[in-house]
Amino acid sequence: MSNEQASKESPSVDHFVQQKYRHGFVTDIESETVPPGLNEDVVRWISARKKEPEWLLEWRLDAYRRWLDLTSPNWAHLKIEPIDFQAISYFSAPKSDKDRPQSLDDVDPKLLETYDKLGVPLHERARLAGVAVDAVFDSVSVGTTFREELKKAGVIFCSFSEAVHDYPELVRKYLGTVVPTRDNFFAALNSAVFSDGSFVFIPKGVRCPMELSTYFRINAAETGQFERTLIIAEDSSYVSYLEGCTAPMRDENQLHAAVVELVALEDAEIKYSTVQNWYPGDENGVGGIYNFVTKRGDCRGDRAKISWTQVETGSAITWKYPSCILRGEYSVGEFYSVALTNNYQQADTGTKMIHIGRNTRSKIISKGISAGHGQNAYRGLVRIAKKAENSRNFTQCDSMLIGKGCGAHTFPYIEVGNPTAKVEHEATTSRIGEDQLFYCLQRGIAEEDAVSMIVDGFCKQVFRELPMEFAVEAKALLEVSLEGAVG
Amino acid sequence: MLEIRNLHATVGGKPILKGLDLKVDPGEVHAIMGPNGAGKSTLGNVIAGREGYEVTAGEVIYNGKDLLELEPEERACEGIFLAFQYPVEIPGVNNTYFLRAALNAQRKYRGEPELDSMQFLKLVRAKLEILHISDDLMHRAVNEGFSGGEKKRNEIFQMAVLEPRLAILDETDSGLDIDALRIVAEGVNRQRSEKRSIIVVTHYQRLLDYIVPDRVHVLADGKIAASGGAELALKLEEQGYTWLEQGGIQALDMEIRA
Repeated sequence: MSNEQASKESPSVDHFVQQKYRHGFVTDIESETVPPGLNEDVVRWISARKKEPEWLLEWRLDAYRRWLDLTSPNWAHLKIEPIDFQAISYFSAPKSDKDRPQSLDDVDPKLLETYDKLGVPLHERARLAGVAVDAVFDSVSVGTTFREELKKAGVIFCSFSEAVHDYPELVRKYLGTVVPTRDNFFAALNSAVFSDGSFVFIPKGVRCPMELSTYFRINAAETGQFERTLIIAEDSSYVSYLEGCTAPMRDENQLHAAVVELVALEDAEIKYSTVQNWYPGDENGVGGIYNFVTKRGDCRGDRAKISWTQVETGSAITWKYPSCILRGEYSVGEFYSVALTNNYQQADTGTKMIHIGRNTRSKIISKGISAGHGQNAYRGLVRIAKKAENSRNFTQCDSMLIGKGCGAHTFPYIEVGNPTAKVEHEATTSRIGEDQLFYCLQRGIAEEDAVSMIVDGFCKQVFRELPMEFAVEAKALLEVSLEGAVG
Repeated sequence: MLEIRNLHATVGGKPILKGLDLKVDPGEVHAIMGPNGAGKSTLGNVIAGREGYEVTAGEVIYNGKDLLELEPEERACEGIFLAFQYPVEIPGVNNTYFLRAALNAQRKYRGEPELDSMQFLKLVRAKLEILHISDDLMHRAVNEGFSGGEKKRNEIFQMAVLEPRLAILDETDSGLDIDALRIVAEGVNRQRSEKRSIIVVTHYQRLLDYIVPDRVHVLADGKIAASGGAELALKLEEQGYTWLEQGGIQALDMEIRA
């Protein structure tokens, strides 16, 4: 099933589309990298450099061998120039502090201006801009304070590399159990060469005392292009994890292939929120990040709950389907998404809800906004397995078109193997209405404010799911994204 | 207040207004009546500056300014309010939030300080009661899921809060039952003042039983075909618009002159 609708909008809203990403910047500071190309020696070199145990090297090598047999997926509604995987360098050492800007005075003023508009707290600006990490945390020891508190609660929150050294048994037990190395081309690639990422472990019965954010993870300044995250919530525990940030992050790697694995045991709940604002390329579609992400959560125990919320505004290409495997009985999966594509950005995003256990429930709320020549596709799978009695899914999938050159596409896949299941799917496509716009103008509200108000209203169901501060930031981000769009 | 001279306007290339003249003084209530397709709604949209309504000749002077030079939002900030025939739904945008954004945009334009939510709420409370609008309606999204009557009341409520100098009510009576009509009319009457002019666009006379106009104009084929006092509306009601087309205007003219 698919339905497609190309936008034919009157020219009046065209000028909304002329958004500029004014905050990308380049740096010519040299970093330590391996020569371009990928082979077993490169995988060994990475593993050795990270002083990894033998089992992990073997795991990486196994992934690499599987990757060789896989091909890059071509089913998505994306136009991508062929990627030469032998032309990419697969390891880039974190920059030493002396190569970084030493203070905010050395940072591009335009970038600081954006932070200001987005209301990024002062102590976070330095880290985001890549100022030497120590300098940041010396002045504000917020990260250290958080660590202490988490430790008291028994929560482990550290970089993936640290976890490999400090908690090898946990990593070994869960790594690759949600997203196997052979899962798909990009997941296999990530497994072979992943650089770093986050590791979170919430012990039984613990409610994590704070939102865990990558902001506060020391050593996280540059996780690189192949990020690997693993979150484990033991029985009856709870954690809310925030990934990314609204402020533009600097990064010179064009290809990103992250893997995120979530494991929720009995009665556990994991809430995972993402705001993604990687460089989207310029208004002619030159440059920009290719973002191929595999995110999956496994509700392994009964009554477990996993909830994904994402706000995707960046990247030239987004290929991403945060999914839930509802294995435990009465387990719950949720997916809330806002994806905005402007200029020549392309997004093919959605989710998979795999109902295996009885009485499992899932909810999908997807909001796609297309502007300029942006192409936005929702792709979602709801599968009800044979034994998943009384399972339910509700899907709502709305698209908004701004301008006449963009497109919205919906590809829902529904597979029902049990007659007691209930599956609902609602889809709408609307243009930002001339009548809505005129109604606002007639009340005295300026065009630009009217557009952000209408877009914000459109996204409300999703913003509501984000933790408060994140929601405020996400709203500001959409406003900044549409700002300057009015001529 | 408002003076329209020889106004010609097209919609999608089709001429709708063909030399319309109208003069409205401060404090006056004018009713524009006429058969379907005469250009009644077009007039409101042209004054409000809606895109797609192209003025091909004539002028519109509002408070000494050339209105046609102004952007739609500037016209609103200058005190022109259009109560929509079909109020627009804006999903996810809170009704109160929307109205406060509108009021503050207008206040800012006039160089007045913006109101915070407490000040705004205070201002709004009293006006809600007059129009029998429940709090619940204020917490819902703009016009979303409102009944026909609720939408129209919401329009007049917005008018009460924004306090325009010229309000154009476009078929505000359409789709209202008699109770709702009374409430809406009462809301409008309370807003009559010597500083505020109101143009009531309607197909039927019944609204004018409640909002008694100072002047009544009959719009036919893009022009004002006849003007008179409130009694003209009654005459029209009695005779129907076909009477107009069959040369009634001349007869009426003589009657008025006599």
